[in-house]
Amino acid sequence: MKNENLYNYILGIADNSLILGQRMGELCGHGPNLETDIACTNISLDLFGQVRSYFQYAAKIAGDERSEDDIAMLRKEREYKNVLLVEQPNTNFAYTLGRQFLFDVYHLAFLKELQKSTDLTLSAIANKCVKEVSYHERFSSDWIKRLGDGTEESNAKMQEAINDLWTYTDELFHQTNADKAMLAEGIGVDVTKLKEDYYNRVNAVLEVATLNTPESKWFQKGGKEGIHTEHLGYLLSDLQYMQRTYPNMEW
Amino acid sequence: MSTKNWPLWEIFVRSKNGLEHRHFGSLHAADAEMALENARDVYTRRNEGVSIWVVESKNITASNPENNGELFEPAQDKVYRHPTFYDLPDEVKHM
Repeated sequence: MKNENLYNYILGIADNSLILGQRMGELCGHGPNLETDIACTNISLDLFGQVRSYFQYAAKIAGDERSEDDIAMLRKEREYKNVLLVEQPNTNFAYTLGRQFLFDVYHLAFLKELQKSTDLTLSAIANKCVKEVSYHERFSSDWIKRLGDGTEESNAKMQEAINDLWTYTDELFHQTNADKAMLAEGIGVDVTKLKEDYYNRVNAVLEVATLNTPESKWFQKGGKEGIHTEHLGYLLSDLQYMQRTYPNMEW
Repeated sequence: MSTKNWPLWEIFVRSKNGLEHRHFGSLHAADAEMALENARDVYTRRNEGVSIWVVESKNITASNPENNGELFEPAQDKVYRHPTFYDLPDEVKHM
């Protein structure tokens, strides 16, 4: 493939939205109440919509038989490039919102930079996504504040979720080879530069939420290189079930 | 875990600038801010609105259906209160 770095770069962005979208979609019909259920499903649909734009572009770059659906549905676990954070399960509502919040803050900052990309397709996609993700970030940070600064029970659950998910945050700022190549061409975003603002914003919300910033300096990594936690395999077996069982099925 | 329901809110949505806010329905939320966000997700996800008002349902004073006789029936036979007795020139359309 001529543009392999660009192809991999697009997948690196889109897989985060795909896997997080699938996680939020799992709550469809299972949210804590009707209103929140719809809110979570809306976020899921926003993310899937973004994924389509990215994968349509990636399929064009690949320039072979691959379609957007093939890219989404027919890769193996090690070929997904999403960060470990987004594949973590919906252990409870605090984990769902904690995961969403820790990703949204990064996602919004990332898209604001991607808007400046010299690749016009990517900057156009970023322009569209940035409004959706601004709302996601508002929604999730509001909930972090509510649950953190809520009852003793909600505070304890929220703190536990943040403590457990914290170890996956540093990976957001790791550069892959595709990241470095695209940065050099003016197409990609320098994720290392997003780190300081990210932790400032996250800490500011945690403070209002009366939650403690975890002190652990030990971080997990690997997702961007295709080395995932055990959870991704189960998620993919759900996501890919129809295409694997009835190849080329459409409806 | 608390199983108490959140209070009920009435949702009013303006579908486009220049039109009035109309009652769209009701939903549950812990406070006004959450009611706005829930209303955004429940009632405007298909591009239905440009502005939302939320009012906690308990703040609405409603007429009692038992009083419908005295409140509304006297108006039923007073057709002269409608401006339907004017002769309109043909040139005036859309009245």
